[in-house]
Amino acid sequence: MGKITLSIYRRDPAVDAEGKFVDYEVPTEDGMVVLDAVKYVETNIDPTLSLRWNCKAGKCGSCSAEINYKPSLMCKTKIDTLGDHIRVAPMGAFPLIKDLVTDVSANWDLLKKIPIFTPRKDEPKPWIIAQIDIERSKEFKTCIECFLCQDVCHVVREHSGSGYFGPRHIVKAASADMHPLDTIDRSEFLDASAGLGYCNITKCCTEVCPEGIHITDNAIIPEKERAVNAFYDPISIIVRSRRKKKEAKNNGKQ
Amino acid sequence: MTEKYIDYETDVLIIGAGGAGLRAAIAAYDSGVRVTVVSKSLLGKAHTVMAEGGIAASLGNLDKQDNWEVHFNDTVVEGVYISNWRMAELLAREAPDRVYELEEYGALFDRTPEGKISQRAFGAHTYRRLCHVGDRTGLELIKTLEDQVLHRDVKFFDELYITKLLKNGDKVIGAVGLKLNSGEFYVFRAKAVIVATGGCGRIYKITSNSWESTGDGLGLAFNAGAELMDMEMIQFHPTGMVYPPGVRGLLVTEGVRGDGGILLNSEGERFMLRYSPKKKDLDARDIVARANYAEIMAGRGTPHGGVYLDITHKGADYIKTKLPSMYAQFKDFAGVDITKEKMEVAPTVHYQMGGIKVDPDTTRTNVNGLFAAGEVASGLHGGNRLGGNSLADILVFGRRSGLGASDYSKNATFQEPSKTDIENEIARVKSFMKQDARNPYEIIEELSQNMSDNVGIIRTETNLQKALITILELKGAASSVGVRGDLKYNKGLLACLEIPNMLIAAEAIVRGALTRKESRGAHARSDFPKKDPKLKKNIIYKRMGDEMKLELRDVPEMPENLKKLVDPEEY
Repeated sequence: MGKITLSIYRRDPAVDAEGKFVDYEVPTEDGMVVLDAVKYVETNIDPTLSLRWNCKAGKCGSCSAEINYKPSLMCKTKIDTLGDHIRVAPMGAFPLIKDLVTDVSANWDLLKKIPIFTPRKDEPKPWIIAQIDIERSKEFKTCIECFLCQDVCHVVREHSGSGYFGPRHIVKAASADMHPLDTIDRSEFLDASAGLGYCNITKCCTEVCPEGIHITDNAIIPEKERAVNAFYDPISIIVRSRRKKKEAKNNGKQ
Repeated sequence: MTEKYIDYETDVLIIGAGGAGLRAAIAAYDSGVRVTVVSKSLLGKAHTVMAEGGIAASLGNLDKQDNWEVHFNDTVVEGVYISNWRMAELLAREAPDRVYELEEYGALFDRTPEGKISQRAFGAHTYRRLCHVGDRTGLELIKTLEDQVLHRDVKFFDELYITKLLKNGDKVIGAVGLKLNSGEFYVFRAKAVIVATGGCGRIYKITSNSWESTGDGLGLAFNAGAELMDMEMIQFHPTGMVYPPGVRGLLVTEGVRGDGGILLNSEGERFMLRYSPKKKDLDARDIVARANYAEIMAGRGTPHGGVYLDITHKGADYIKTKLPSMYAQFKDFAGVDITKEKMEVAPTVHYQMGGIKVDPDTTRTNVNGLFAAGEVASGLHGGNRLGGNSLADILVFGRRSGLGASDYSKNATFQEPSKTDIENEIARVKSFMKQDARNPYEIIEELSQNMSDNVGIIRTETNLQKALITILELKGAASSVGVRGDLKYNKGLLACLEIPNMLIAAEAIVRGALTRKESRGAHARSDFPKKDPKLKKNIIYKRMGDEMKLELRDVPEMPENLKKLVDPEEY
């Protein structure tokens, strides 16, 4: 059994003007993950340490943090990949509550705004859907809402006034858009209200996703393409305006 | 001194935001009442998210012969004849509708070649019955319900821990809670309260349960006068991970065996052929868990103290498609590639079949205004829960509790809680903030070690007595715990508040296990290895003053039309 030094960020914004990193010495055992080490501190050294975790199995997305500067799940990061000095900080894109815990509640407000899955009304029940048709949406359904993609996104992080909802929420919209029986095209909403245009596809979100979702390639780019085709493609604009004129003319005749 | 708190009024208050709580919220809201959900975790993080295998519902998409009657029989027989027949009937009849409804809410199930919802085999289900989303069914279920709740005008308080139910006479009229991330106290005035807080698996050392499962709802309801039932029935899932130490107990879904995985001992023997020649690896969980345990005890275990579970023969493509989450779990946490190597597994505490006694149709308890649903409620599973019946349970009875509480609230009036009750409760919570107190985690460590050592998969009078003495000692010590810091996001304080609930659950399990001098379902006594017809009873637990009183009660008699569907019980 060896040991590591864990530098954990400590701050209660109500009391401390500045945060600081405090070093703790933690004994190690086989297969240990960062969450085990942080919990060791909470249980044995300082029970007032605030951290958030639930399943310790990579399934709930509660224990998000910045481990050696990289947004990661504490429960999925093995300590033997990191050396004997590990730095654990809270997610920087969200307001700090205390120590490693941040306020991620703004994400629920954004999720509320995304138009919900709206199935075709006339579809005979029970629904018949081919497996191949569920595959595209299925990838996005593996999202555990850890919000690491939001944390790493430089638009969310540095341009809070942009109105960009962030990668998690584009994935959410895409999962509904790509449901084979959904009737709504969310690209207009994403373009006009969710700031999709601000994403400049640096793929940082994809890199940190613990579920391996191809956020940029499979969700953001297709949604951007739909929005471009619908609202910015010059040929589509001409076709649409001609169609409108024709409809107006026909309506006039009636 | 007047304590400060935030006053909040709602028609129906739901404590817990797992599958049962969220499904209840949808049902209650849609029936036209104001609904508030509180949970001690963030929205969408409840233990339900960890459910893997699927939702049991007799759609008959793969096996045409399947129907609610077969599902009913499977549930009653594997519950070893002490489950509530009406709950089993409702589950079997209504599960298909709840699955289709979930699909219409946006859940995307895996499909058969004809495009119907796919169904996989699971232990002791006669037919292939589990509707699934790979092996991430719980995630899909909870995210789908979360989306529905977010798009309704349901008020949600997450990271808020309810510490006490408020009563007026014989009625529950609200609750006191602490908002963890701000340290503020809340008083909820409600016409009806639903407890949907899940199980108590964390009172054991090795468990598949997430951090929430500390028996909070059991404690709240028991202290408010609600009857508990069959608490001795703790399910050991046959296959938890055994290595590395940090993931001991973490679940390996029954879907692995459902999809063709086989159990082997260190001699390479498929030992389930010996224990259960007919159903083999897919027998009910109590049988398979005890077989795994027996092989390990007989010295035929793996280097890390488990048995082997092998699915390599199914091929990498099949495994990665059907069991993607298991593939990732072993790769990430154990460095094992399950497409090429065998898994090491051992029994792990997984589920409480016992809990708050409820009325099957409405989920009301014996206390007016108080309802319960999901794992915290009792009656459906009897002595052993079938895999996939818990996700069906939370949908069927989550909805029924939402409707039950909503109906009740429409005929109820708000009642003013007593100021003294509120102030006393706030003072109790604050009393844990002190210097030089005992570390709460020490008590939890001692309790969970005690439960794992003495109240495990095989029980004896001697060990149970030993366990009870320790629990009673810990009850005495529980008031001496405390933490420094303040009320805001203080997990140590939360641990202090959870301990009394954990001790109620533990005491009930042990007292029940001492009373049930037979082996039935998940409850096995080496000193009483047989099933006893005289003990085909439910055990009821009631609070009398500060004491826990037990009583044996007859299992409700099944009507003739249902009796015909059930295989007769053998002794």
